[in-house]
Amino acid sequence: MKKNRLLLILGLLLAVTFVLGACGTADEEEDTTGNNGDNTNTEDATDGGEETDFSVAMVTDTGGVDDKSFNQSSWEGLQEFGEEYGLVEMEGYTYAQSESDADYSTNLNRLVQQDYDLIYGIGYLLADAVSTVAEQNPDTNFGIVDSVIDADNVASITFKEHQGSFLVGVAAALKSESGKVGFVGGVDSDLIKKFESGYRAGVKSVDPSIEVSVQYAASFGDAAKGKAIAASMYNSGVDVIYHASGATGNGVFAQAKDIKNNDPDASVWVIGVDRNQYEEGAIGDTNVTLTSMVKRVDVAVKSVSEQAMNGNFPGGEILEFGLADNGISVADTNEEAYTEDIATVVEEWKQKLLDGEVEAPSTEEELEAYLETL
Amino acid sequence: MFSNRLFNVLVPIISVLLGLIAGAIIMLAFGYNPIEGYIALWNGAFGSSYFFGETVRQATPYILTGLSVAFAFRSGLFNIGAEGQVFVGWLAAVWIGSSLDAPMFIHLPLTLIGAALAGAFWGFIPGLLKATKGVHEVIITIMMNYIALHFSNYMIRYVLTDGSDTTDRVLPSASLASEWLLEITSFSRMHWGILIALFAAVVVWFLLEKTTAGYELRSVGYNPHASRYAGMNVKKNIILSMVIAGALAGLGGAMAGLGTFGYMPTHSAFTNLGFDGIAVALLGGNAALGTVIAAFLFGVLKIGALNMPTAAGVPSELVEIVTALIIFFVASSYMIRWILLRFKKEEK
Repeated sequence: MKKNRLLLILGLLLAVTFVLGACGTADEEEDTTGNNGDNTNTEDATDGGEETDFSVAMVTDTGGVDDKSFNQSSWEGLQEFGEEYGLVEMEGYTYAQSESDADYSTNLNRLVQQDYDLIYGIGYLLADAVSTVAEQNPDTNFGIVDSVIDADNVASITFKEHQGSFLVGVAAALKSESGKVGFVGGVDSDLIKKFESGYRAGVKSVDPSIEVSVQYAASFGDAAKGKAIAASMYNSGVDVIYHASGATGNGVFAQAKDIKNNDPDASVWVIGVDRNQYEEGAIGDTNVTLTSMVKRVDVAVKSVSEQAMNGNFPGGEILEFGLADNGISVADTNEEAYTEDIATVVEEWKQKLLDGEVEAPSTEEELEAYLETL
Repeated sequence: MFSNRLFNVLVPIISVLLGLIAGAIIMLAFGYNPIEGYIALWNGAFGSSYFFGETVRQATPYILTGLSVAFAFRSGLFNIGAEGQVFVGWLAAVWIGSSLDAPMFIHLPLTLIGAALAGAFWGFIPGLLKATKGVHEVIITIMMNYIALHFSNYMIRYVLTDGSDTTDRVLPSASLASEWLLEITSFSRMHWGILIALFAAVVVWFLLEKTTAGYELRSVGYNPHASRYAGMNVKKNIILSMVIAGALAGLGGAMAGLGTFGYMPTHSAFTNLGFDGIAVALLGGNAALGTVIAAFLFGVLKIGALNMPTAAGVPSELVEIVTALIIFFVASSYMIRWILLRFKKEEK
């Protein structure tokens, strides 16, 4: 009896060592890959670093820093910034994750108390918290992404999503064979209307006879609903869907991949949003992601950080990042689907937008006015 | 011989210690310094008046949801629905708090009563079904959580506002926040709700331990059949227990609505205030005082944990594992009890 118990304890100990041992190696591996990634990111990290005591931090929303979307993108921007100017992670630049929406202001406040010079709130969900904390700490600079706060120590970072959406609209119109394309929005709001208006204008600019069906899922997190909407759209003959709906869009991808699974020759496409969603569309050897409307939050975050470091913090200003400053771009990863011909035409329209020859509409009214000029 | 009372105190303390030790081992295994980690946790919760204020702020709803679960548990019911009761309480508090115009001494109590009633109603339904139809309260309360989540989202979007994501702010006459507390805790969101929570704990203690009604509730929890033979109305007591538990959790929601936030945003997921309340009640041994202490511990863990990634480099996921381990050891208090008894035997 006693022997048995001893054996049991020994066995348990062994198991524990194995488990812990396994954890250790996995951790190391992760570290090395992380380093590799960093090295490729910034070649001039070693030679071009000027010393500075500037420090910058960001607070994520509940999506977390590895959300494959704009939180992650912002952090990549900060990392790039930190490495370029020789800052030390955790001291010169850092991030704080929010587990719930009650954590936003705790996180912001903590970073204020740790004397960070510039603190970003990533996403419009943090607007309220940033605005309160900024008012209480007038000596610290803040940045808010995707929202506008009117305060002297806050820089509001917004994007010209309508421009990018216009261009993917052009691509959708060129790709569509059925003459029907779709748009799936997250929550019906001014922000998402920007995407919709730009997209519809882009489609109609190529061929006014193409039908655009628009549907809102009333959520940014309902993949099941996204899938249902996509199913009914594809059934009605739509062959390209642009989604601006966060995680709801994962359902759109899932539906497109299902159709492709049943019939490899089916012509169904999804246009991704915010970041290059090429990986989301991969199925076997093919890929249903036609292109993505990429919002370069990293570019914006890095650029504002640089301005702040050099003493030109754009406090109180509303910054709009668009095509001209690489804040918005169109992904061309899926070369098989996003053909040379499409790329050339999109490039032409991009030039027109840049030259101001064409103005992408950002609201319903602007869209109507635009459509009348066609 | 260990007395039962000493036992009840010792088990949670040992669980917490074991949880912390296990957390330290895990941090070590992943190459982080556990001492630095725990110092960061401590500083994150008590390092300045701001953090202390936030810790109290976090503990406030935990006290109430913990009491809610503990109260139901004492009468043999498992109230998983504290989460949903928080939602309806929060909604009711914000609704009354933002739409009514009255002086503070009427408005604030009215708002709190409204929140408690909403929570009570949410507890009444599972209580009624349990008492009359014998439907297990765990199933009903879990489903009521989802109803509360989506119902409150719907109300915020289409009834309280016109398609907006957050409600209006509650009026100052219904707000628990105070300039004075704001100042002494350098802008933390600590609010007067802590007094309400502590008062609720005293009421629960008194009700359960010192009144006939409380005796009946506990007796139903120990043995419903014996209670029926003794002439108690078991059905009435089950419903009463769920109603009071719901009211307590509803007040917990009011703490978030009137104190922490001052409004209610739409939620895409649960707040976990109610679910954490289950752990709080468990750790507190389902007693009023124990629940208060456990709620503070959870407040410290939650708020302090936010500091661990920035100050000690420990990822917040690891912090969650440490918290989970503590709950695990509390839940396995049977194991600790068994080991303690074994030690005692060997002493003999």
